Amino acid sequence: MRVTFTVNGRRCEADDVWEGESLLYVLRERLGLPGSKNACEQGECGSCTVRLDGTPVCACLVAAGQAEGSEVLTVEGLADFARQRSGEPEPDQLSPVQEAFNRAGAVQCGFCTPGLLVAADELLERNPLPSDAEIREALAGNLCRCTGYEKILDAVRLAARGAGEE
Amino acid sequence: MEFLRPAGWEEALAAKAEHPDAVPLAGGTDIMVELNFGRRRPRTLLDLSAISELHAVERTPSAVRLGAAVPYTRIVEDLADVLPGLAMASRTVGSPQIRNRGSVGGNLGSASPAGDAHPALLAAGATVEAESVRGTRHIPVEEFYTGVKRNALAEDELIRAVRVRPAAGPQQFSKVGTRNAMTIAVCAFALALHPGSRTVRSGIGSAAPTPVRAPEAEEFLGRVLDEGGYWESGEPVPPLVAEEFASLCAAACDPIDDVRGSAAYRRHAVRVMAQRTWEWAWAGYRPGAARNDDEGGAACV
Repeated sequence: MRVTFTVNGRRCEADDVWEGESLLYVLRERLGLPGSKNACEQGECGSCTVRLDGTPVCACLVAAGQAEGSEVLTVEGLADFARQRSGEPEPDQLSPVQEAFNRAGAVQCGFCTPGLLVAADELLERNPLPSDAEIREALAGNLCRCTGYEKILDAVRLAARGAGEE
Repeated sequence: MEFLRPAGWEEALAAKAEHPDAVPLAGGTDIMVELNFGRRRPRTLLDLSAISELHAVERTPSAVRLGAAVPYTRIVEDLADVLPGLAMASRTVGSPQIRNRGSVGGNLGSASPAGDAHPALLAAGATVEAESVRGTRHIPVEEFYTGVKRNALAEDELIRAVRVRPAAGPQQFSKVGTRNAMTIAVCAFALALHPGSRTVRSGIGSAAPTPVRAPEAEEFLGRVLDEGGYWESGEPVPPLVAEEFASLCAAACDPIDDVRGSAAYRRHAVRVMAQRTWEWAWAGYRPGAARNDDEGGAACV
């Protein structure tokens, strides 16, 4: 079947999609967007986290056909999305959350990073100054096997502080 | 495989009547796992995610009509005042990503004994609104679960909503798992006090082939509260009553040994949760009474 939806602000069409195929597979294998990672395929790890009409979801648990007509945001579109949201016209810059992950050393192997970035960015959009408990709760669906999470928490705090100072 | 995407409820019912073997798909948090792992290859998927009726919550003084596909996140955020037990249980489902997609309708459709919503629905006295082109049935939730991952739906029926009376008394929920997030219940317990009807209802998850109530325990506790005049006085209830109630709840279990826990552990855990949820609930019924927050004994929020 054919599936048509908007990804990172661009209208995309995927053809010959199998009816049981996940949104994640379509993004990675048909649309050339490998930023969202494929790991557990059962919603346990969060490495495929994208926003579907604004809501953070595991792309592996959304059937491609369910995304028909909707807006999807992946890590590839995060910088543009954050820029439009803040109204700052500086091109070719990372989003504040991406910058903070770099600066805090929250990235080791990097596999979980795209999902964490999408989840953390959505948290800060909703709640610009989250408590530690709120950060932990918002990221509870994203597993990282390298960092021990402390640097990731540092990064989210840093991003929140940075936005607060502006 | 065929992918049907009805735009409205009537169309969905017609599609289900025409394709009785179609597998309903909403949040996808169960079905997509089965598809991803090749465990299931249905001939037809019936995507219900575009149907606005299923995402609606209707509140009247006598009932909350919760659309089958309302995600857990909304139950936590919007319905904790009227459905406190279900909101507590919803709070323990998976992760934010899962709660954004998963729904009570999905829990009921899958009918896993470990579904987090079931104990709270049993304790609150929910009814399941099952609909087909032939008409609507209102099924008491305790009659809905018919076996391990089996439910009372006819093959042309879909779950439209769940109806629950707004809470008129304290409700509690407790769940045992290996961690706080992303955990399937080893077992779970829910309790609701219904001062209007002077009754107590319970729900046990993951400790029998289906989610179950503990009728003898409910009857015992209800009788003690009634005969002792406790509903009126709100006085502390003797600890022996809590112990007997908890024992009767444990006796209502029919658990198995599996990777998540042994049958003996589950029975023990249900006993502990029954006693604690009762103490929390009764403390909630007596305004001004001090809450006993011993370590490990804190109520879910």
